[in-house]
Amino acid sequence: MADRTEAVSGDDAALSVRGLTVDLPKGMERTHAVENISFDLKRGQILCIIGESGSGKSVTANTIMGLLPKLIPVSSGAIHLDGTAIIGAPAKKLRGLRGRVVSMIFQDPLSALNPLMTVGEQITEVLTAHGVGTKASRRKRAIELLTEVGLPDPELMYYQYPFRLSGGQRQRVMIAMALALEPTVLIADEPTTALDVTTQAQILKLIRDIQRRKGMSVMFITHDFGVVAEIADSVVVMEKGRVVEQGSAEQVLKSPTHPYTQRLIAAVPHLTGKNRAVQEKASNETILKVEGLSKTYRSGSALFGSQRIVSAVKDVSFDLAAGRTLGVVGESGSGKSSLGRLLIKLQDSDGGRILFEGRDIAKLSESQFRPLRPRIQMIFQDPFASLNPRSTIGQILTVGPVAHGMPYAQAREEARALLAHVGLDAGAFGRYPHEFSGGQRQRIGIARALMFKPKLLIADEAVSALDVSIQAQILKLLDQIQRETGVSMIFITHDLRVASQICDEIAVMQKGRIVEHGPPSQIFLNPQSAYTRELVAAIPGERPRDTRPIAVNS
Amino acid sequence: MRGFLLNRLSQSLVLLLIVSVIGFVVLNLIPGGPLAQFGLDPSMTQDDLNRLKEQLGLNRPLWMQYLDWAWRLVQGDWGHSFRDGAPVLDVIGRHLVATLLLMGSSTVIAIAVGTWIGIRGATHRYSVFDYLATVGAMVALSIPTFWFGLVGIYVFSLRLGWLPAGNMYTIGDGSVLNHIHHLIMPSIVLALVHVAIWSRYMRTATLDVISQEFVKTARAKGLSERRILMKHVVGNALLPMITLAGMQLPSVLTGALVTETVFTWPGMGRLFLDSLGYSDYPVVMGLLMFSAILVVLCNLIADIVVAIIDPRIRLS
Repeated sequence: MADRTEAVSGDDAALSVRGLTVDLPKGMERTHAVENISFDLKRGQILCIIGESGSGKSVTANTIMGLLPKLIPVSSGAIHLDGTAIIGAPAKKLRGLRGRVVSMIFQDPLSALNPLMTVGEQITEVLTAHGVGTKASRRKRAIELLTEVGLPDPELMYYQYPFRLSGGQRQRVMIAMALALEPTVLIADEPTTALDVTTQAQILKLIRDIQRRKGMSVMFITHDFGVVAEIADSVVVMEKGRVVEQGSAEQVLKSPTHPYTQRLIAAVPHLTGKNRAVQEKASNETILKVEGLSKTYRSGSALFGSQRIVSAVKDVSFDLAAGRTLGVVGESGSGKSSLGRLLIKLQDSDGGRILFEGRDIAKLSESQFRPLRPRIQMIFQDPFASLNPRSTIGQILTVGPVAHGMPYAQAREEARALLAHVGLDAGAFGRYPHEFSGGQRQRIGIARALMFKPKLLIADEAVSALDVSIQAQILKLLDQIQRETGVSMIFITHDLRVASQICDEIAVMQKGRIVEHGPPSQIFLNPQSAYTRELVAAIPGERPRDTRPIAVNS
Repeated sequence: MRGFLLNRLSQSLVLLLIVSVIGFVVLNLIPGGPLAQFGLDPSMTQDDLNRLKEQLGLNRPLWMQYLDWAWRLVQGDWGHSFRDGAPVLDVIGRHLVATLLLMGSSTVIAIAVGTWIGIRGATHRYSVFDYLATVGAMVALSIPTFWFGLVGIYVFSLRLGWLPAGNMYTIGDGSVLNHIHHLIMPSIVLALVHVAIWSRYMRTATLDVISQEFVKTARAKGLSERRILMKHVVGNALLPMITLAGMQLPSVLTGALVTETVFTWPGMGRLFLDSLGYSDYPVVMGLLMFSAILVVLCNLIADIVVAIIDPRIRLS
C-alpha cells in the first residue's frame, strides 16, 4: 500500500488533498467517484496523477477547481489550495480563486476555445474577470503571454480566431490563458492526449520549462507512463477512485510496490527495436501489392474559385506477404486512414493499382468488388460507435456471412466458436453491445471481421481508444490470431510504440507519402529519414538507443 | 467569402426559377383557366372571351406565355389586376405595409420571448419552469392559430373590452398609439406558435453549447455565470438559430394569412384569399412570386449574417 506518511502538509504544499470522497449518483457501477484520497502537491513540483479511464482522476481535478456537477457532491474530506480551504467555500470565493490561484488546461484544444472570440479576447478575459489592469495593459500582457508560450507573431496572433490555429497552437493559447495571472497551481488534464506525438513533445517541454522558470506547481493528469517518465517529480496512481500508490517518480516507475501499478507499467508498450519473429504461417506469397496509389480530396466549388484540393495519398507503393503485418504510422493528416479506406474500397482511388491476390481491385465497381469483400475486413477504432446498438452480438456476427450465402445454422455455430476464441463467453451471442466494456467490444469487432475468414485485416487505430492494459490484451489476441490463421494485417496507428509491438514492417507516412519503409529495427534504431528520426525522438519516456527508463519489463 | 456569396446567390436564382415555373403551370391547370371569372359575367359572349384571350395572349402555347410573363416580370411589369386593372406591384404594395408590420412585430415577440424561455429552460433544466415551458410549447403547437385568435377576441374584446377585435386602426383615428393598440392581439396570436418552436430550438442549442469544453474553460478562468452565459453561450447558441429564423419566415407568412383573416387585417393574406376567390390570376401569381422572393431573400440574409458573425465562414 502507499506510504501516506510521506505526504507532507503545511506551507510546503501548494495543494493538499485529505481524505477526499466524492459520491456518485445511485445506480452507477460504484458508490464513489473517488474514495478517501489524500496527496500533496509540493511547491515547484510536477505531480502526475495516473490512472486508466474511470479511475477518478478527472473528478479529482474538477473538485479542486470547484467545477463538479451538482449531481456528484463531495461527501467528506478537505482540500487546501495555497492555504485556502476549498471544500464548502462559497461559489463566489471559488470563482475568485479560479484563473488566479489555480488554472486548468484541458484535453481537447480543438473544443476548449470559444470559436467566436479572438485569441486575444479570450486571454484578456481572464484579466478582466479578476479586475486586473487597464484595457491597454491587458492587451500588452496578452501579447507577452503569447510570446512566452512560443507562438509565432504574437501581435498578429492576438487577433486570430481559434479555427486558424493547429491543435498544438491552440494548446499553447490555452496555456497562455492559464498563465495570465501567474497562478500558484496549474492543473493539466491530459493536455497532450489529443495531440500528435511531435506536438506532444513540444507541449510537454513547454509546460516543464514554464514550470521551472516560474517555480509553479503543476498537477498533471495522464494515462500515459511515457509522459510520466518525461516530466513527473512525483506520482499518484489511481484505480477505481482510490489512490493505490504514491511516491517520487523514480520510486514509482522503477520499483512499483502495488500490484496494480506493476501491471499497468508492464502493459505499457515499449519500442522494442527488435524485429518480430517470423510467423510459422507466413510465406513469401504476396497477398497485396499496391502501386502508385493516389487520392485527392476536392471540396468547395470549382465554378466560383473557392475549391480546395488536398492530396491525401500520393504515389503510395508497398507489398504485403501472406501472414505478415505492415504497420502504417503517421501523425494526423498524414493520409494513413485515407490509405486504409482506399484499400478496403470504402473510397475510390484516383490513380494507381491495388493488386489483391494478383487482381487489380482499384478499378472494380462496387458490384464487381462485392464477392471479394469478405476477404478484406476492417477493425475500426471506436468500439462504441462501430457496433449497432440495436442488434445482438449474434446478429452483428452472422448478418454479414449470411448475406454472403452462409447458412444461418452454420454462421451461428461459427459465431459462438469465434466468441470463445476471442476470449468472450459464448453467452455473449444473445446480448447487446452496451452490455460490454470497450475492450470486450473490440474483441467483438475482431470476431465480426474474422467471421468472413479474411485474407487481409485492416486495423485502423484498433487499440487507440483503449486503456493500456486492455490494449496489451488486444494486441496479444491479434498476434495469436495471425499465428493461427495466417491472415495478413495492415495495422494503422499513430502510436509508434504499439506499431513496434506487432508489426513485421513499418511504413512511415507524412503528407500522403511513405517517407520510410522498413523493419522495426531500422525504423526505431536506425531511421533513414529526418521525419522518422523526429517521430521516434518525440515518443515520451523512450530513449530508443539506451536502456529503457522504465524498469519493469513486459 | 465571395465564392460563398456567389454560390448562395446562384442557388437562390435557380430556386426562384423553379418556383415560378411550378406556380405558373399549376395555376394554368386549374379548371376554367384564367378567364373563368369573366365567363361568369352574363354580358360576356363567347366572342368577347375569345377576343380577350387573343388580347391577353392566352391562346399561345403555355411555355411562350411563361417566357413572356417571366421576361416582363424581370423588367418590373408584373401585369395588371383583373379586378381593377391596377398594376400588380401597386396592388401588392398597398397591402405590403400592413403584413410586414404584423410579421415584424410578431417575429420580434417570438424571438425575444422564445430566446428567453429557451435559455432559461436550458440553464434551469428539469426545473418547474422548464416543464411548464415544455407543456406550454406543446399546447401552442397543437392548437391552430385561428382558435387562439377567436378565443382572444372573445376574451379581450367581447368580455373585457381591452383590445379591438379587428382592423388595423379605428377609422378617423390614424395615430401611432391606435395602430399599436390594434396590433397587439394579432401579433401575439401569430407569435404564439413561433415562440413555441423558437424556444424549443433555443433550449436544445443552448444545451449543446453549455456542454462544450470552452464553457468549462470559461468557468476555469473564473468568469461569472452571467458573463459565461452572455459572452460564451448565447452567441454560440444563436448561430444556428439565425438560419432557423430565415427558414421560419414562410410559416410566419402562412400564419399571417390566417391571422389577417381572423382579425380583418388589411394585409397580403387577405389580398391573397380575395384574389383567389376572384380568380385574379395576375395578382395571385404576383403574390406567389413576391413571397418566394421574400423567403429566398430572408434565407440569403440569414446565411450572410451567419457568415459575418462566424469567423470560420467569414475568413475562409
